[in-house]
Amino acid sequence: MIRARRLSRRFGQKRVLERLDLDLEEGGFLVVTGPNGSGKTTLLRLCAGLLAPTGGELRVEIDRGGIGFLAHEPLVYRELSALENLELFGRLYRVPERRERTGMLLERFGLWNVRNERAGSFSRGMLQRLALCRTFLHEPELLLLDEPFNALDAEGTELLARELEELRPERTFLVATHDPERLSPLTTGSLTLA
Amino acid sequence: MRYFRDVATLARKDLLLELRARDTVPAMLLFVVAALVVFHFALPADSSDLAAYGLLWVALVFTALLGLVRSFSAERDQGLLDGLVLAPCDRSAIWLAKALAMLAFLVLAEIVALPAFAIFFTGIGWKTVAGVALANLGICAVGTLLAAMAAASRARELLLPLLFLPLAIPIVVGGVGAGVVEDGGRYLGLLAVYDAIFAIICWASFEYVVTE
Amino acid sequence: MLAATLVCTSIALIFFWVPEDADQGFSQKIFYFHVPIAITAYACFGWGALKAFVHLWKRSPEADVQSYVAIHLGVIFGALTLITGSIWARASWGVWWTWSSQQLVLFLVLFLFYSAYFMLRFSVDPGPARANVSAVYALFGVVLIPISFLAIRLANDFIHPVVFTSAGPQMAGSMFFTFCVALAAMLALASALYRLELAGKRLDATMKRLREALE
Repeated sequence: MIRARRLSRRFGQKRVLERLDLDLEEGGFLVVTGPNGSGKTTLLRLCAGLLAPTGGELRVEIDRGGIGFLAHEPLVYRELSALENLELFGRLYRVPERRERTGMLLERFGLWNVRNERAGSFSRGMLQRLALCRTFLHEPELLLLDEPFNALDAEGTELLARELEELRPERTFLVATHDPERLSPLTTGSLTLA
Repeated sequence: MRYFRDVATLARKDLLLELRARDTVPAMLLFVVAALVVFHFALPADSSDLAAYGLLWVALVFTALLGLVRSFSAERDQGLLDGLVLAPCDRSAIWLAKALAMLAFLVLAEIVALPAFAIFFTGIGWKTVAGVALANLGICAVGTLLAAMAAASRARELLLPLLFLPLAIPIVVGGVGAGVVEDGGRYLGLLAVYDAIFAIICWASFEYVVTE
Repeated sequence: MLAATLVCTSIALIFFWVPEDADQGFSQKIFYFHVPIAITAYACFGWGALKAFVHLWKRSPEADVQSYVAIHLGVIFGALTLITGSIWARASWGVWWTWSSQQLVLFLVLFLFYSAYFMLRFSVDPGPARANVSAVYALFGVVLIPISFLAIRLANDFIHPVVFTSAGPQMAGSMFFTFCVALAAMLALASALYRLELAGKRLDATMKRLREALE
């Protein structure tokens, strides 16, 4: 599903990724670790198509609608409510049975009670949960998650772990994390960036 | 058909955001009236009406700039442009939706500005109104694309006026000409040509502005 | 190559000594600089836009650099156009600037536009994003040229400038020939500078690559 050969990306003078080779087969679960600044986020953004490589080649065999991307920022509009945000992305991603799916996800992640409140009033952990709802909303086949457990409290972590387990079959995952042990039962491969 | 539904979704989002935040449109309204007042003091006593017309267009262009600078601010500050670019919709729909929302804001500002001008200075003929209407399209089309460009840069608020003003010159010529010259139709024609050509280019090239 | 173009330029210079215009005398000779420089500037902007289009089409970073260099040269020639135009205006009509010269006004607008190109380029970090944005802007520029020309022509109706007849001189045979040589010289000069700058940039890039390989 993802294939990288000598993938490089630089920002001005700074070389963040260099001649990276990567193979992620369909249904795989690849965990990416490495210290801050090693290029985990950059790698994910490259795979999502937000960045273009400055060297080497990268092939991602799925179109935009099949990718679920969880970034560092929650990527939700602060002035809109949780429900409105998911409505928006639901429409853009052409999610079938949008309302039911939105409701279900909000409940799954414990946000149903605050669904009509402005996202700007949410705590960081709640924003992360909302971001996860947005990521899973359109049932993507390829999931690119950048430190998904960031900012989640114990309950949120539980919810996410359960959701990942359920989604595991038939989907491909590329996850950047500082905490690979938590995901080890699901992992099929790992990559460490220097 | 999907395309227009996406545009509608995104435009509705932009209008809703403004409705909640209520910062851009009131600022534009206040700015345009304040600018007109400043112009009154800036014009010497025996200036012609024609000079006033020119200043009306200056006011409109700078009011539009005020709105345009804020155009992509939510997307820029919260990294949301990524979220929109990732979606399977055509990227030019993002541009069209923002331009339409901006058009709405500008029209609201003009609903106040034009009568204010008529009261402060001199009456406005239908040709000026037609000129304003046509100019709005060009301003919103080009301005929205440039706002996206500026949003990607470090010196955002400084850059947008620099990028926009040279491109606004034909618009000002068209607008002032339509109101001032006897046979103003040609100027409306200039505006129409500007709108058509630049709208097409903006539509086609927005994709390249927001992706790599 | 370089030598040939410089010789070409100097030949044009020598030719200057040959015909002198009856009406305006020596000052008219600025025309031989001014108009070819203007045409060369247009050519640079056009070439820059072409390369920009190629960059967007083929996603080639080479084309981006070529576009940048072309526009860079275009701005230099544009500034020269404004300067020579101003000198000519001073010599002919005694004013440093006149709004009635549509050529000059057009160049002023373009100069502003393409200067903003550099502001844009230098405020975005280098990378594919900057190349894309620069390319789109360069294409806007080339579209702006005819539209601005039209606008400025129409604008003369209500700006009511003091009318200076700025028609070009009657081109006698030898004058026309000189003009063509001057034009060829300017274009050749621009082309040589373009190649020079590109070679310089390529050298820079190679040096950088070597340095990195050694690290």
